Amino acid sequence: MKKRLSQAGKTTRSNFITYGLVIVAFTVLRLLQSGGALTSSLSGQLVPICAYIVMAISLNLTVGIMGELSLGHAGFMSVGAFTSVIAAVSLQGTISSGWLRLAVSMAVGGLFAGLASLIVVVPVLRLKGDYLAIVTLAFGEIIKNIVNCLYVGRDGSGLHLSMKDAASLGMDADGVKIMQGPMGAVGIPKLSSLTAGFILVLLTLVVVLNLINSRAGRAIMSLRDNRIAAESIGISPVRYKIMAFVTSAVLAGMAGGLYAMNFSSILAKKFDFNASILILVFVVLGGIGNIRGSIIAAAALTVLPELLRQFSDYRMLVYAIVLILVMLITNNPQVKTFFAGHRPGMKRQEKEEEAGNVL
Amino acid sequence: MFSKLIPIPSGSMIPDRDIDKSPILECIGLGISFGGLHAVEDFNLTIGRTEIAGLIGPNGAGKTTVFNLLTKVYQPTRGTILLDGRDTQGMNTIQVNRAGIARTFQNIRLFNALSVEDNVKVAMNSQMHYSMWSGILRLPGYWKEEKIAHDRALELLSIFDMQDLASVRAGSLPYGAQRRLEIVRALATNPSLLLLDEPAAGMNPSETAELMENIRKIRDTFQIAVLLIEHDMNLVMNICEGIAVLNFGHIIAKGSPEDIQSNPAVIEAYLGKKKEA
Amino acid sequence: MSILSNLINGISLGSVYAIIALGYTMVYGIAKMLNFAHGDVIMVGGYMAFCSMTYLHWGVFPAIVLAIAVCTLLGVVVEGLAYKPLRQAPSLAVLITAIGVSYLLENAALLIWGSDPKVFPSMVSVPTQNLFDGDLTITGASIVTVAACVVIMVGLMAFTSRTKMGKAMRAVSEDKGAAQLMGINVNATISMTFAIGSGLAAVAGVLLCSAYPTLMPTTGAMPGIKAFTAAVFGGIGSIPGAMIGGLLLGVIEIFGKAYISTQLSDAIVFAVLIVVLLVKPTGLLGHEIREKV
Repeated sequence: MKKRLSQAGKTTRSNFITYGLVIVAFTVLRLLQSGGALTSSLSGQLVPICAYIVMAISLNLTVGIMGELSLGHAGFMSVGAFTSVIAAVSLQGTISSGWLRLAVSMAVGGLFAGLASLIVVVPVLRLKGDYLAIVTLAFGEIIKNIVNCLYVGRDGSGLHLSMKDAASLGMDADGVKIMQGPMGAVGIPKLSSLTAGFILVLLTLVVVLNLINSRAGRAIMSLRDNRIAAESIGISPVRYKIMAFVTSAVLAGMAGGLYAMNFSSILAKKFDFNASILILVFVVLGGIGNIRGSIIAAAALTVLPELLRQFSDYRMLVYAIVLILVMLITNNPQVKTFFAGHRPGMKRQEKEEEAGNVL
Repeated sequence: MFSKLIPIPSGSMIPDRDIDKSPILECIGLGISFGGLHAVEDFNLTIGRTEIAGLIGPNGAGKTTVFNLLTKVYQPTRGTILLDGRDTQGMNTIQVNRAGIARTFQNIRLFNALSVEDNVKVAMNSQMHYSMWSGILRLPGYWKEEKIAHDRALELLSIFDMQDLASVRAGSLPYGAQRRLEIVRALATNPSLLLLDEPAAGMNPSETAELMENIRKIRDTFQIAVLLIEHDMNLVMNICEGIAVLNFGHIIAKGSPEDIQSNPAVIEAYLGKKKEA
Repeated sequence: MSILSNLINGISLGSVYAIIALGYTMVYGIAKMLNFAHGDVIMVGGYMAFCSMTYLHWGVFPAIVLAIAVCTLLGVVVEGLAYKPLRQAPSLAVLITAIGVSYLLENAALLIWGSDPKVFPSMVSVPTQNLFDGDLTITGASIVTVAACVVIMVGLMAFTSRTKMGKAMRAVSEDKGAAQLMGINVNATISMTFAIGSGLAAVAGVLLCSAYPTLMPTTGAMPGIKAFTAAVFGGIGSIPGAMIGGLLLGVIEIFGKAYISTQLSDAIVFAVLIVVLLVKPTGLLGHEIREKV
């Protein structure tokens, strides 16, 4: 009886460690930040790290928990980023509190990202494996392309949109240009902070971890593990895949909002295919389905290029080589048996089976 | 071990069931063709409400195809399926499960990354009602229903004495335990008809004897019907009350175990025609 | 005439995409992996031709041969070092490794040749055809490109259906285990597939740079993505599918640029892809793999 209770608590204990890790890291960084002990480059990385952590966790929800490869996750970040900037600028007169404006803008970003994901999810439901990857990739490119051609401005009479140029916005003289086509978004209010990022990370953790440990999470994972069996016990793929995918997109949208409002201007190019791949690398290296791993990988790999600055030109080359080596090493059968054998009380045959059991 | 299992009290998640009325399953002229190939044709079968029935036949006869038709993995191209008097025409797999048919698979299809207990709990999903937000915010509905599910899952697992394996990863179970878990998972959906596809595959005689006992007890306790596909004739002849024999997609014989054992068409199907002297 | 003009341009661009897409689809068919580094092999081919012609003053044909030789070798080496050890690993691991290789190639090129765009020398001696009294102009590069595409397609179809190695490739694509049991050297077959794919990428690189003469380390990336899209569009794993997908994609891109919007042409191409996949989820020529229950 006691044994059963302690094992049921295994997931809860693991989650506590994750929360603890995040809280401790935030506390330390906040102290360092207010004490002025951080280098300026690291200081500037704090909000992006939070945003990338949320991106990695939300992508892991799609890739690890739902089991579908998405190559356009940055597209949702993009939608969230630009819509929340538009909201933040538009609400400048109405909401004076920076905090509230940030929260509302991020929520708007999440909402629009969620809506966008509903458009993508319909083909997602019918396609399998690599075809889904392609559709998400295509979506990411479409978003990038559209944002690059979008002109948005605001004046006394409201919002103006144009796909052609700034002049055709038809705004009053005192109108504010928010988005300028290929020049991206400008004049962004810098509302983000480490604390805001921390809160978003916590929120993401609560949503994702609690979702996984609920009946919806079990349903989503059962569809991942064996769709035919899941249907045979009454689990609806449509309902649960939409649930997972939209949740993932909303979180990505909010991360986009946080990220955007850390800078005074951003380009659509920041959220291209490379960005989607970057986040996917975080997820794979951290462990597919491993939320804590995503957090660590996202933080470490965002900081790493900065640490490698001394290599300057060779930086990305080293990054690429390290990436290949890590993949080769962690997937080497001998290495896997070696690590599998470290679990106490496992019989030798079980160890070999475990090592051979590739997900 | 099994005697611990109490017949379901009313007021729990499982509704009352009417015994001794009409048959639970009626297949009338059921058939499916893949292009020109008639995989199953003119399949007529009636199963009583608490009957244990068997579907046998040589390899490739179409037995699993019949299961796939009943569970709408394939949509029949001909015929009717009446489940508890209700025509399942147009239903998909999910709806048919909600209507009361659950199955196991010939090649085990467990949720390997999930624990044994979660495999069973996910099958109870349609009987649980708390929303996604209740789950995220951990509202009282979550705690209440999860507790009921947890208790019920352990109760079902105890049929096969597997309750101590609750937190083991399903993919790492030995083969026999995986087969048994599939049966428990199917039972957790609260079916009125349980389809077992070669439940004794890979089992030794003593395990098979235990399985026989357990199938009987499942039927007795839950008052459901069981239709099983099997190659183990010992199991089939001992436990099935009615048997249908399938060959090349057609039923060639139907009846009690005694009828089937002495039926020349059945013998010919399995052993081939006796060579004329 | 402008429709015809655009059509020819589209077919010409599409031919390049088709040749690249062939590499993606063959590798996917046989190794079940999406080789994201493929686009960068194109770039390497372009630089090899560029360097040999500009610095070594080689002629056109030796330059092409060099490009093909180097890329083929590159493909085989990358496969042996980075992909082969991961054959048993989950497909996501191989995908990330391919991405690592892609970064590696791009950044190595950046270090060697710098980020400034190089001007690709003219390789095509076929003169521009002026038809219909100058209404219709077909550049020499277009003619060569389309001709090359046709030759490659015919050659590849003959290769896979007639030769022993070609049949071996098809066998390994269908069922690796069974092919091995039949005595086919699976490793050699896979290496050969990568070799052919990479060689084709070199050809595509040279053709691409002939039509669009600026060369940078990132030149291969976007065509790579588009060609990958084309391969899926046509049905991944299908050689004729890659051809059709590539050609259609090129035509759609050029028509999109000409008749709808230059800036939004990419969005249009990808949107068409999504629509096609909605209607035919396995691509134009792809077939559904039925799971046995």
